[in-house]
Amino acid sequence: MNEDQNIETQIWNYMDGTISVEEKALIEGLLLNNAKWQKVYSEILQLQILMKNDIELDEPYMSFTKNIMEEIAALQITPATKTYINKRIINGIAAFFMILIGGLLIYGFTQVDWTANGNVLSSFNLPKLDQTKYFTSQFMNTFLMINVVLGLILLDRFLAKNMNRQKQQHT
Amino acid sequence: MNAETGDNEVINRVLQGDQQAFAVLVKAYRHFVFTIALRYTGNREDAEELAQDVFVKAYRSLADFRHDSKFSTWLYTITVNTSSSFLRKKKTEIHSITNERIFELANTAIPVMNRIAMEQKSKAALMNSVIRLLNADDATIITLFYEGDQSLEEIGQIMGITSNTAKVKLHRARQRLKEKLSTHFSNELKEMRQ
Repeated sequence: MNEDQNIETQIWNYMDGTISVEEKALIEGLLLNNAKWQKVYSEILQLQILMKNDIELDEPYMSFTKNIMEEIAALQITPATKTYINKRIINGIAAFFMILIGGLLIYGFTQVDWTANGNVLSSFNLPKLDQTKYFTSQFMNTFLMINVVLGLILLDRFLAKNMNRQKQQHT
Repeated sequence: MNAETGDNEVINRVLQGDQQAFAVLVKAYRHFVFTIALRYTGNREDAEELAQDVFVKAYRSLADFRHDSKFSTWLYTITVNTSSSFLRKKKTEIHSITNERIFELANTAIPVMNRIAMEQKSKAALMNSVIRLLNADDATIITLFYEGDQSLEEIGQIMGITSNTAKVKLHRARQRLKEKLSTHFSNELKEMRQ
């Protein structure tokens, strides 16, 4: 950043009031005694006044409000999100994952041999898991069935929501 | 009664079933919402459609307005989000233009704008011409700060950035506006100083 830009930045901050009391006093001193600072200040002040007083808002067409009121006449206000989101369910899910992560961490730490030194890798004795014992075909079928049922429930909700929306638009 | 208290009273009336009261909010904020939409779209037809969409969305989600910010801040957040989505959908750089595009636009538009500004001798016309040369984000942040009565924290909330980032963005936007003014409208500026 060159010197001019630095002066500009500090003057903008001074005008916005986003500087400390000490910085403010310092800048006011410079504005009183330094010609360069005074020149930049007058330029920025002119721009500041233009932006404050001379930016005009555009105007929409005359029928704008009428069109909106006609459009919302057929609509209803959606209930507040907090009324249909059950905080207990969210807290329950959060607690489940916290316990799961905590449990895994505790299990991991208890498996570490803290006295080991030298060749650390050789001191690990990882248990061998027999995956076929847990992932049986019965387990997989049940798992898939639950997912299919959950998927159908979600699809049903989605379609019902769309139908309700269409009904509202037609009425 | 300040604007915030007035808005909250109207909102409560709408939530209690007085749908017509919503017109008060539309009338109070239509110019600003339309202006922000226009900064993004660059043409009145799309801006009108977008601004209407913003008010319809605001009406439907009015129950979600939690009164922990100004209604205007909440409404402008919907405006900026809807406008950004509109730009993404269109996939055209209508107003969010690159430097090359700004240069190209400046070459063709500035003589006309200069003439208009000179003819009207109006500072407002000059400022509106310069604002049109900025990209949508710069134009929006300047409009929100100077015309929308929004603080840096509120601008941060509206644009989904921190207040510090909003401060930096505002500073850069003002610098670019100053550059555009001194590059393309130096004569008008000199006239104003005299």
